[in-house]
Amino acid sequence: MPETLVFWALSGMAILASALVIGQRNPMYSVLMLIASFGALAGLYIQLDAPFVAVAQIIIYAGAIMVLFLFVVMLLNAPQEDAAEWDRSHPLRQRGVMRFGALLALLLVIQLTWALLQANGADLPVGARGNPEALGSVRTLGRILFTEYVFAFEATSILILVAMLGAVVLARREGDR
Amino acid sequence: MELRFIVQLAIIGFTFFMLINASALLVLAERKIMGFMQQRYGPYLVGPHGLLQPLADILKLLMKEELRPKGADKWLFTLAPILSVTAAFAAFATVPWGAETTFFGLLDEPVSLGAADVNVGVLVIFAITSMGVYGIVLAGWSSNSKYSLMGGLRASAQMISYELSYATALAAVILLAGSLSLREVVDSQAGSWFGFIPSWYVFLQPVGFIIYMIAGVAETNRAPFDFPEAEQELVAGYNTEYSSVRFALFPQAEYINMTTMSAVATDLYLGGWHGVPFLTELGLGWLVFLAKVGAILFTYIWVRWTLPRYRYDQLMQFGWKWLFPAAVINLVVTAGLVLYFNA
Repeated sequence: MPETLVFWALSGMAILASALVIGQRNPMYSVLMLIASFGALAGLYIQLDAPFVAVAQIIIYAGAIMVLFLFVVMLLNAPQEDAAEWDRSHPLRQRGVMRFGALLALLLVIQLTWALLQANGADLPVGARGNPEALGSVRTLGRILFTEYVFAFEATSILILVAMLGAVVLARREGDR
Repeated sequence: MELRFIVQLAIIGFTFFMLINASALLVLAERKIMGFMQQRYGPYLVGPHGLLQPLADILKLLMKEELRPKGADKWLFTLAPILSVTAAFAAFATVPWGAETTFFGLLDEPVSLGAADVNVGVLVIFAITSMGVYGIVLAGWSSNSKYSLMGGLRASAQMISYELSYATALAAVILLAGSLSLREVVDSQAGSWFGFIPSWYVFLQPVGFIIYMIAGVAETNRAPFDFPEAEQELVAGYNTEYSSVRFALFPQAEYINMTTMSAVATDLYLGGWHGVPFLTELGLGWLVFLAKVGAILFTYIWVRWTLPRYRYDQLMQFGWKWLFPAAVINLVVTAGLVLYFNA
């Protein structure tokens, strides 16, 4: 019973914080709400007996990526979101763009519903089959990542590397050495 | 069962108490050692040899008026110091500071000295210390002052840069020990080589230890890497607008972070509570642990009053072009050797 209570508290916090991320006008508070949401997610991972995933979530998302977000928000020091986005003539407010956005959002909702309907208790990830306790162990996680999912793992890292190089190339102005 | 629970609570309380005392004593030690290095006395009027000076300092800070700039963000300005000090205390939670003990036969089953025993302990400490950045960054931003903002920006950039080298140095030790639990890492360092060299990881990982110490200084924002509060450039950096208790929480967090950093270094590299066999047998290994932590803390203070501050671009150059590559090479070589000798 207490576990159920903790689950509902954590998931409620995650959903509320995520909703507040887009509900805030001040980007600083949005970033903080996102961190709170990640924290609640980490708590849920701990409940799933996956302490390593929980800690990794905190270290990577809350500890590193969100600090960079915060850094950018502070550097721009924008007290409010750009007013131009609320302007009717803004390129993102054109009818075609908005229709396309709505279509993508609908697609995502359909996908998520489908995925949730497909999933059920018996459908645990590979490492957990027959041994649910091993799911959280670092050894199992590492072995699965570098055997079964090695292609996805390497492809993701190359993708991130390319994105990083792209950012450097774009950020470097003409004439800079 | 009942007694065990009480003992466990007492251990947690004792850890907390020691941390608070550590921060107070470090304030005094810092000023005393600085005085010694500059051929002065340091504080000596309050109490015998100035021992009560921290108490006087804290009382003075408590009496001061709490100021908040008009343009400051009310919530975040209040939250920032609390966040800093909470993260500092919480990070110590998974640091073990003594061998398992029955308290000279008081308990039936041995209980572990340390607030909590987690099997991913190293990572938990790392995760919580990385949360500590937010205290400083938010303090800098919410003050709505240019010096504070510069301090906060520097803090975030510096801590992100040095966290990488820090974590990479840690990973090499974890590879050697084959466990993420700090207690297991410490216990794998018991005993000695050839009978006289204690089998501590500092001898297997000299480069890693140096990288860890340098990154540790940068992570705790101490001189020569104290850019977030470089007083000649930024008045007082991120805590410029703070006063009274809120101000006091920042140095306290810094000193507790130093203690945590030293305690983790002791556990990872210096064999924790191992090293003096007869004390370990008596169940007093934690005294050895305290002595080692004290030695590292002394080095911290020593470095601060010996080396001048770097320039900010030098800090970034050093972090990314020297320290991080060195840490990665150290990790790759260690991984290779572990694979070779274990296979």
